Amino acid sequence: MKQRYDFGYFFMEGFRSIFTHGLMSFAAVCMIVCCLLIMGSFTLVAVNASHMFSDLEKENQFTAYIEETLTQDEARGLQDDIEAIPNVARAEFVTKEEAQAEFESDYEGNPLFEGLPSDVYRDRFHIYLEDISKLAETEAAVDAVTGVAWTKSAPEIAEGFTVIRNVAGAVAIILVIILLAVSLFIIANTIKLATFNRREEIAIMKMCGATNSFVRWPFVFEGLILGLFGALVAFFLEWGIYVLVGRAITTSDTINLINVLAFQPMALRVLGVFVLTGFVIGAGGSVMAIRKFLQV
Amino acid sequence: MIRLIDIQKSYDNGTKALKGVNIRIDDGEFVFLVGPSGSGKSTILKLITAEIAPSAGRLMVNGYNLNNIRPRQVPYMRRTLGVIFQDFRLIEKKTVKENLVFAMRAVGASPREIRKRVPYVLELVGLDQKGDQLPSEISGGEQQRVAIARALVNNPQMIIADEPTGNLDPMRSLEIMMLLERINELGTTVLVVTHERELVNRFSKRVVAIENGRIISDETGGYYNNETTI
Repeated sequence: MKQRYDFGYFFMEGFRSIFTHGLMSFAAVCMIVCCLLIMGSFTLVAVNASHMFSDLEKENQFTAYIEETLTQDEARGLQDDIEAIPNVARAEFVTKEEAQAEFESDYEGNPLFEGLPSDVYRDRFHIYLEDISKLAETEAAVDAVTGVAWTKSAPEIAEGFTVIRNVAGAVAIILVIILLAVSLFIIANTIKLATFNRREEIAIMKMCGATNSFVRWPFVFEGLILGLFGALVAFFLEWGIYVLVGRAITTSDTINLINVLAFQPMALRVLGVFVLTGFVIGAGGSVMAIRKFLQV
Repeated sequence: MIRLIDIQKSYDNGTKALKGVNIRIDDGEFVFLVGPSGSGKSTILKLITAEIAPSAGRLMVNGYNLNNIRPRQVPYMRRTLGVIFQDFRLIEKKTVKENLVFAMRAVGASPREIRKRVPYVLELVGLDQKGDQLPSEISGGEQQRVAIARALVNNPQMIIADEPTGNLDPMRSLEIMMLLERINELGTTVLVVTHERELVNRFSKRVVAIENGRIISDETGGYYNNETTI
C-alpha cells in the first residue's frame, strides 16, 4: 500500500487530541503564553529603549562655520545645499549675533568673555544627522560645500553612541535567542510529558507499519494549534500589560520623562512575531518531544 | 517467508538470549513457537519485527534482509506482518471500528479502502455488531478478536501472535486459536508464540521448541512435550 499524506486527517487528529489530553494541552498553552510574555515584554522594552536612544542621537550635531566674506543672506542661502547632502536630517542657521548671545549666556558672570566684539563670531549652521555613525563622511561633504570655512564636531561622542547602540542591539538579539531556546526547551518538555501518555499509541502505530513522518504530523499540527492559541492569548495579555505600564509611567511623578511608544502602531507586528514564535515553539517542541518515542 | 540462519543475540548486559538459532517458516504455514519463560521466544519476535538487530547470523522476513535494512524501510517491512499481543494493546479511547481505521490510516490507506475493508474484517472475526463499542465495553476474548482484526486489516503476509491467549480463559483461548487457524486456512502465515501446552497439543501443527536460546525440537504435527516445558 502506497504511503498517502492526508493533511486533513493529520489536522483533525491533532485538533482532537488537544481535547482528549485537555490538561496537558492547557499546561502547554500556559507555558507558551508565559514564554511569549517574557520574550515579548523584553523585546518591547528594547524597542522603547532603542527609540529613546535614536531620539538622543538625533540631538547630536556638528557645526559648520561660514566664510566671513559671505553676507548673512548668502550664508543663509547655503542651507539648501547643506540639507541636500545625504544623511543630513536638517540644518539650523545661527547668525553671529545669536551665536554671541548664546556664548555669553553659557559663560555668564565670567568677565573674560564679556564685551567681545560681534565680529569675532561667524555665522554658522548646526547640522543634525540621520545616522550618527556616518558623521565623518557627512562632515567631509559639508566641509566641501563652497562657502563653508570649516566644521567642528565631537566624533568621540558619535563613536560612543554607535558603540552603545551596537552593543545594546547585540545584547538584545542574544537575549531574545536565549529566551527562544529556553522556551523551546520548556515547551518540548511539557509536550514530552503530554506525549508520554501516548507512547503506547505511537508504539501501536509503528508496529502497524506507520512511518515516522505519519506519526509526527498530527503532533506537529497539535503543536501548531497550541502555539497559535498561546500566541493569541499572550498577544492580548501583552497589550493589556503594556497599556497599563505605559499609563503608570506617564502619570508617574518621577519617571514620566520616559516617552512610551503607543502599542497600536506596533500591534500587527507584535501579533505577527507572537504567532510565528508560537508556531515555531509549538511545532518545534512537538517534534523534539516525540523524537524519543519514534525509536520503536 | 521467514528465515533465521545461525542467529545469535546478546544484550548489552551480557545475556546471551539466542545461541545459533535456525528456523525457516514458509508462506502459508501455521507454526507454534513454544518454550518456557526466558527461553528466547520474545527475542525472536523482536528480531522478526525489527525492534532489535541480531548480533550475528542472517535474518530474512518476507523478502527483506533485516541484516542491512535501512531504517526508512522498516515500516514497509512491518506492513507485511500483523502483530497480536497478549495484552491486546488497543487504544482505549477509540471504538473497535476506530482502532481498525487507525491501523489502516497508519499505512496510508484511502477512506474508500477503509470503508471496504473494516466491515469485512470485523465480520471475519465475528465482531460486526460491536464496531461502535469501546474496548472497555467488550469482553477480554472480544478484545483479543479486535486485536486480531487490527493485525489482519492491512492484509499482511504473516500474523505473529505473542501469547495471544495469555489473558483468556480456556474456552476463549480455544476460540481465538480456532480463529487463527481459520485465518491460516485463508492463506495467511501464522506464527503463535505460547507456553500453553494443552492448547498447542489440541492442534496438529508444526511446533518449534526453544530452550536456553537454542532450538531443541522442530516437528510438523508435533506435540509440546513435558520434557521441553521444565
